[in-house]
Amino acid sequence: MTIDPRNARPSAAFPPNVIAEIQRAADQGIYEIRGLGTKRRLPSFDDLLLLGASISRYPLEGYREKCDTDVVLGTRFAAKPLELKIPVTIAGMSFGSLSAAAKESIGRACTAVGTSSTTGDGGMTEEERRASKLLVYQVLPSRYGLNPRDLRRADAIEVVIGQGAKPGGGGMLLGQKISPRVAKMRTLPEGIDQRSACRHPDWTGPDDLTIKIQELREITDWQKPIYVKVGASRPFFDTQLAVKAGADVIVVDGMQGGTGATQDVFIEHVGIPTLPALRQAVDALVDLDMHRKVQLIISGGIRSGADVAKALAMGADAVSIGSAALMALGCNRPVHVADYEALGTAPGHCHHCHTGRCPVGVTTQDPVLEKRLDPEQGARWLRNYLSVMTLEAQTIARACGKTHVLNLEPEDLVATTIEAAAMAGVPLAGTNWVPGRDLR
Amino acid sequence: MQTVDLSAEDVRALNGRLHALPADTNERAWRVVNPRGAHAVAVGLTQPLDIVVEGHVGYYCAGMNEAASVVVRGHCGWGVAENMMSGTVRVTGNASQSAGASGHGGLLVIEGDAGHRCGISMKGIDIVVGGSIGAFSAFMAQAGNLVVCGDAGENLGDSLYEADIYVRGAVTSLGADCVEKEMTVADREKVAALLARAGIAADAAGFRRYGSARQLYNFHVDHADSY
Repeated sequence: MTIDPRNARPSAAFPPNVIAEIQRAADQGIYEIRGLGTKRRLPSFDDLLLLGASISRYPLEGYREKCDTDVVLGTRFAAKPLELKIPVTIAGMSFGSLSAAAKESIGRACTAVGTSSTTGDGGMTEEERRASKLLVYQVLPSRYGLNPRDLRRADAIEVVIGQGAKPGGGGMLLGQKISPRVAKMRTLPEGIDQRSACRHPDWTGPDDLTIKIQELREITDWQKPIYVKVGASRPFFDTQLAVKAGADVIVVDGMQGGTGATQDVFIEHVGIPTLPALRQAVDALVDLDMHRKVQLIISGGIRSGADVAKALAMGADAVSIGSAALMALGCNRPVHVADYEALGTAPGHCHHCHTGRCPVGVTTQDPVLEKRLDPEQGARWLRNYLSVMTLEAQTIARACGKTHVLNLEPEDLVATTIEAAAMAGVPLAGTNWVPGRDLR
Repeated sequence: MQTVDLSAEDVRALNGRLHALPADTNERAWRVVNPRGAHAVAVGLTQPLDIVVEGHVGYYCAGMNEAASVVVRGHCGWGVAENMMSGTVRVTGNASQSAGASGHGGLLVIEGDAGHRCGISMKGIDIVVGGSIGAFSAFMAQAGNLVVCGDAGENLGDSLYEADIYVRGAVTSLGADCVEKEMTVADREKVAALLARAGIAADAAGFRRYGSARQLYNFHVDHADSY
């Protein structure tokens, strides 16, 4: 019996993967929950190109002429802004979602290259404070583990409004990752499916946020920079409101940003991509004459020095990485393949952070799996990766004739698609056309 | 006793002076006058100071308090004693929304009424309210005790974890996964002790107890109508 191709015509509305998801939902009665970020194709930094030097632009000599990479964050009100050696920071990821070894690896790597790492839902661990010279302390809606002493021993404070993977959603940590230590840090029973709040418990709206920031500044005696992090949905307005509320630094997380556990429908269908989010945030700062006065960090799908260079050229002061940092630590590395298979997946495709069964010991609380990540080795991997990203960004900046990566500018960029040109606000390559420029 | 007049100095000066006190200070008694609704009064204290605020305050008075005793002789805005760790905060008047939000420990006493979301996200704090509380109080409360001598508004204890709620008056409605539970001898003793610590005269025997049904602790499709 052979299949008649006329009877095997695929449906655009119901391709095999959609049918499989419908039947999975019918079998299990629960929406799909998973880790990492969106898997759909979106306009991204891949759709931008940089214009190297030409007759009208001088390039810099690679390896000889200096191209600086330092950036200072929090210069608006804080007495002690963060001085970073590279414009790449590590995004907030919780102990709980990540293993203690992963958190320690991140802290050590950041200290080695002179950048900051960030706590996450669940509070600050001793390991990460010890390992991290510059540590940003998140104030999240859940307030798990939040306390004034950690607030004061942090180097900066990040008020989290939202996350690119799920703007408008709270955190989620499934029962299999609520170990005794995680449960204690969060004041929760062990083994429950923990839902973090999506709204802060003691303020609503921009006017309240102003007062909340004032309180945090008072508690820390106006020493620490205060960041406000938003998931990208309305970044123009959110950026302006955060500036008005008194933020030193705005963090905008595009929808390619990752998560430890979120509903797939949320990851794939809520928020806007990093590319337009960055442009709208820069527009908002320029509109207020606050560009470079309030610093802007962009995150969500940053993978390489090219992404860094393009983000800085569009107007960001720094970038933040999460998923890519985990991959440097071994996420999806082709080892322990049988353990990937036990999760029903394979290296290169795994997004099973939510299960706590991470084959490489990065997103787990299982003591056996966690031992697969040696913090010293992890730190070396991440340190190498951060250095490579920086070298790549410098390579591009020199080619564009810049003595500092922050001197990259929108004029150095073109887009390869109309969509990316419209979203990034740069010309379509080979034209002077910026689609939608007059409509913004 | 040190006196700080907030009509002559600002909140920054007050908090700066309180934070700068050495651990062995003898200047433990402070009086704050003319607060005039100022926000963030006496926040982030980490020493056993005795602070009396003479008048009404705005948002987040005694926020993140640790070890200190703060008395507000007046009314409070949002988030009094938010994220309190230890010590005692007393409000002689009423408190607005989110009183004691996400408090990890210590005792918050509100002699009057408290607005919506009293004890939201509480994580070990004890809260005693002499009057009534508003809607969605003890929302997602994780640990600690909320004792209410008056009535409670709608959706009390919605999505509650392991906190205990005791109400003497009427409860408009209970939130998702919040149920009435047996008031045991141990509960009565606990409520009596909290009332005594709060200095509020009420008979512990008249309270009813509410807590988590623990039905929503793990996702299940058959609970969909509760989510």
